Amino acid sequence: MDFSSLLLMRHEFILTALLLLMIVAEIVVSEQNKKNLVNFGVLLFAIHTAIGLLPLADGVLFGGMFKTTVLTHFFKSVLNIGVLILLLQSADWLRDKVVSQQKATEFFMLIFSSLLGLYFMISAGDFLMFYIGLELSTLPVAALAAYESLKQKSSESGIKLILSAALASGTSLFGITMMYATSGSLFFDMMTITASNLTILGFLMFFAGLAFKISLAPFHFWTADVYEGAPISVASYLSVISKGAAAFVLMILLFTLFRPLESIWVNLMYGVALLTMFIGNLFAIRQQNLKRFLAFSSIAQAGFILLGLLSVDQLGATTVIYFIMIYVFSNLGAFGVVQAISNQTGKENIDDYDGLYRTNPKLSLVMLLALFSLAGIPPVAGFFGKIFLFTAAASQGYYLLVFIGVVNVTIALYYYLLVVRAMFLRKSENAIPYFKSKWMMKLGLTITVLGILIIGMYSPLYEYIFEISNLIFKS
Amino acid sequence: MDFTYTILIPLIPLAVFLILGIGSLKIKENVAGIVGVAGLLTSTILSYYTAFQYFFNVGKVNGIYQTFVEQTRWMNFTDTLHIDMGVLIDPISVMMLVVVSTISLMVHLYSRGYMHGDQGFTRFFAYLSLFSFSMYGLVLATNLFQIYIFWELVGVSSFLLIGYYYTKPSAVAASKKAFIVTRFADFGFLMGILMIGYYTGTFDFMTLNNPTALQDLTSPIMQNAGITFMGFSVITTALVLIFAGGAGKSAMFPLHIWLPDAMEGPTPVSALIHAATMVVAGVYLVARLFPMFYFVEGGIALEVVAYVGGFSSLIAALIALTQHDIKRVLAFSTMSQIGYMMMALGISGYGDVDGLGFTASMFHLFTHAMFKALLFLGAGSVIHAVHSNVLQDMGGLRKYMPITNITFLIAALAIAGVPPFAGFFSKDEILAAAYESNQLLFWVEWVVAGLTAFYMFRLYFGIFWGKDTIYKHTPHESPLSMTLPLMFLAVVSAIAGFVPFSQFISPDLVGYTTHIHMNIAAMSVGVGVLGIAIAWIMYKKETNIADKISSAFGFLYQWTFRKFYIDELYLFITREIIFKRIAQPFAWFDKKVVDGTMNLIGNSTVDASKKIKGLQSGKVQDYAFAFISGVVIIVMVFIYFMN
Repeated sequence: MDFSSLLLMRHEFILTALLLLMIVAEIVVSEQNKKNLVNFGVLLFAIHTAIGLLPLADGVLFGGMFKTTVLTHFFKSVLNIGVLILLLQSADWLRDKVVSQQKATEFFMLIFSSLLGLYFMISAGDFLMFYIGLELSTLPVAALAAYESLKQKSSESGIKLILSAALASGTSLFGITMMYATSGSLFFDMMTITASNLTILGFLMFFAGLAFKISLAPFHFWTADVYEGAPISVASYLSVISKGAAAFVLMILLFTLFRPLESIWVNLMYGVALLTMFIGNLFAIRQQNLKRFLAFSSIAQAGFILLGLLSVDQLGATTVIYFIMIYVFSNLGAFGVVQAISNQTGKENIDDYDGLYRTNPKLSLVMLLALFSLAGIPPVAGFFGKIFLFTAAASQGYYLLVFIGVVNVTIALYYYLLVVRAMFLRKSENAIPYFKSKWMMKLGLTITVLGILIIGMYSPLYEYIFEISNLIFKS
Repeated sequence: MDFTYTILIPLIPLAVFLILGIGSLKIKENVAGIVGVAGLLTSTILSYYTAFQYFFNVGKVNGIYQTFVEQTRWMNFTDTLHIDMGVLIDPISVMMLVVVSTISLMVHLYSRGYMHGDQGFTRFFAYLSLFSFSMYGLVLATNLFQIYIFWELVGVSSFLLIGYYYTKPSAVAASKKAFIVTRFADFGFLMGILMIGYYTGTFDFMTLNNPTALQDLTSPIMQNAGITFMGFSVITTALVLIFAGGAGKSAMFPLHIWLPDAMEGPTPVSALIHAATMVVAGVYLVARLFPMFYFVEGGIALEVVAYVGGFSSLIAALIALTQHDIKRVLAFSTMSQIGYMMMALGISGYGDVDGLGFTASMFHLFTHAMFKALLFLGAGSVIHAVHSNVLQDMGGLRKYMPITNITFLIAALAIAGVPPFAGFFSKDEILAAAYESNQLLFWVEWVVAGLTAFYMFRLYFGIFWGKDTIYKHTPHESPLSMTLPLMFLAVVSAIAGFVPFSQFISPDLVGYTTHIHMNIAAMSVGVGVLGIAIAWIMYKKETNIADKISSAFGFLYQWTFRKFYIDELYLFITREIIFKRIAQPFAWFDKKVVDGTMNLIGNSTVDASKKIKGLQSGKVQDYAFAFISGVVIIVMVFIYFMN
């Protein structure tokens, strides 16, 4: 028998192996050396990320349940880099803050499982695989949210997430069954989607489940509470990695499987984009807690992604992927700084950042770049990401929506500037004193800064995405 | 001729910015000053060299000024649309290079004296360099996308410069206001760019401005211009939107509200940004796209430009009459003069002498940059000496500050349009062009010319003559580093009018000869002298005529003094409507319902049962309810209403 075709699942296999390795290591390593497991986990994942960058052939496995293309391969690598940054940023916290009460390996295992789920979701060729991926990616995160189980808020956050997620995936599953009933298949390639009422009902319920994961309004209510209660690393994972992957999958499904329903979902995206941008922004204005602040700002960012979906062509697909990529780096930069400061001082409010530039210039500059990128100010990457999304929507004549989008960019600019103002323009008697970050944190932040600066300027990357996103429309 | 080296003009300030910005805590004041000035001096020399080469050696081929474009393909955006980066050399961009270089260099020199001893000296010079970089980039842009990038960068760097005194809350508020208002205007610009990009398939200025294609109804650009959008062709709409962006940066009514507040920044910054460079970016933008504005749909968009400019110049001149803060008077005067330039563009024709409006607008941009920068720097010198911005605290300063006095007088004469100073020539051309094409606007601008002379000399007499104020510290003349730029600019303001601008700059790039329009010159000088005379009577000696007049016109005076209550109107809309009616309910909901529950959970450590109750009931059910409602609503909408 020839097993070489299984190499198409290289990402998945290696990640599973890492997962198992971490379990073994947890058992074998003596109590005194447990702290080193954090470094071990990060190192393993770095290797995995590096291997992931090697080229991979296109192919189909398990009779069409699992598909891999250049595009999915590329996106998995984006997720890998994101998770790597996240692990680098979390390493100090894992080593110094929690290892005494809990097992750091647990964190790695749960993150790896969830990421594995995302891989399957991205590569799914039918709804069964898709659903398994969806569940696998959500359940471990609920455990992660409750990771600091001694803290009340953390447990609460875990419970809220799992209850909401159960509801969402139930709804989604119900939607899938309806689509199965009308089309007679679960395989994306064999399903014939027609605009019958039952199919539309199924699609809408399915969409609600995915919208929950991307935290689109009105399915976003869990976001702020869960982010605030969960450890920063977990909030960061939810808002960056999990959201990014779900948005990618939503785009692929809308552009291929649900293409026959285009006339319906275009209006749906229009409405949801409007609602999401406004709700995210208006709530974000008054936030004091930075995790909550970033939670709402990331809701608004998701609204912008939908603008790109309105252009059902190569341009739309490219701009969405490009934006998600930039979003990953920018948001991780912001969360990284919050993480670094919270590790050191436990402070998480905007007021606490008063005068930060005087005491910690480097951290404030990273934060400045990340926020400028999120706000879409040139010449950092976020500017290009946003303007390209607007271009995509405008190319289909959605000028009104683009206009509203730009209004929202300005609202967002206002609250991003609040943080910038606190750091750069305000003075404080008890500003956070100077501290040195450990090298892993530094490396994590450096990668995000490089990403923020380079992705926007380096045009071949955009052109590469443009080229490979053509694949979506080939079949 | 290869103009590729001009790329260095923006890149040198960028390098200076990086050096000073990264080492801002370590680099000493002296070093920072020298590095900053040296960097800009190099750029200035390059700009002058470019101007010389272009205008006198290689620019003109067969009587027509050529456009040189050096660019690289930066990104293939889609299969048809691509984005380039590069430099574009043509008469107006070269002229702008000279303006930006001259003013920026003077401000750099002046700042060494003005900001001496300030603890953020290095940071200040870093910001100045960043600004110069952005402004050069904007001027040299070859396409709409590139100009937009630098447009935003200019906004960011001016945000930093205005908010420089970050210990002053008013400066911080002003910088935010400026940034947000201009960003708001930039919507229009962005929308316009997107529309043009999509309907014409290019961002490139050369392709867009091609007059033959614009006159040929079958060309790709004009075919698309036929598509209508809200009653006008899409291209017209796009141009009006682009103009909205320009109006924001150039402080045209009703987007001017940020300009007076921006005076909170250091005075050299006001001279650089708010007199000579950034604020004229809007004028430059319209001039850059002038052939499009002129040819598309018979120039409807251009008429908008003309009337907005004319109205702005009038309203700003009226407000300037009553202000007491000398920098605010200058700010409104700037707005008024930019209104002039916009109006002149708006009424301009295209070929040969018909292009007088265009030429005059650029001419006025040039001369105004010189004398307005001089006025600001002079005002800075005065503020430096008496430590106040308010006119009432000044008077009789001619005895203490002779150089500032003379240079300020020259600038005031120039802006009032008194021959032979620079402003007379450019203003005369503007009025002549207006007289030919739009009588209404001509009379408006004629009145504005009188008002300008009056408020300028009210300022001059108020500062240097008038009452003999007793000063706590005897004021003294500023150091040479500050007076030298003043003298240089005074010389330029005195003689710049003799440059035969129409030979160099015209919409069709051919050039033509103009002469002084005697009858119009007589009228404009007449009204200018009248304004000066009234100011002389009212303000040269300490009299109470001014108070009597202002109380006689109490209602009107209040009205203009409060700047026609425009700020109040905006405040009402944002505070009362957006914050109170929209954002606050959201915040309330979030605070009471979301936070309230969280606090309840977090704080009540005593009552454990309550906590569990809060955890299990309370929110999650609500969330579930919201989720299901959301599903039901979208299902209802999409199955029953839209299907």
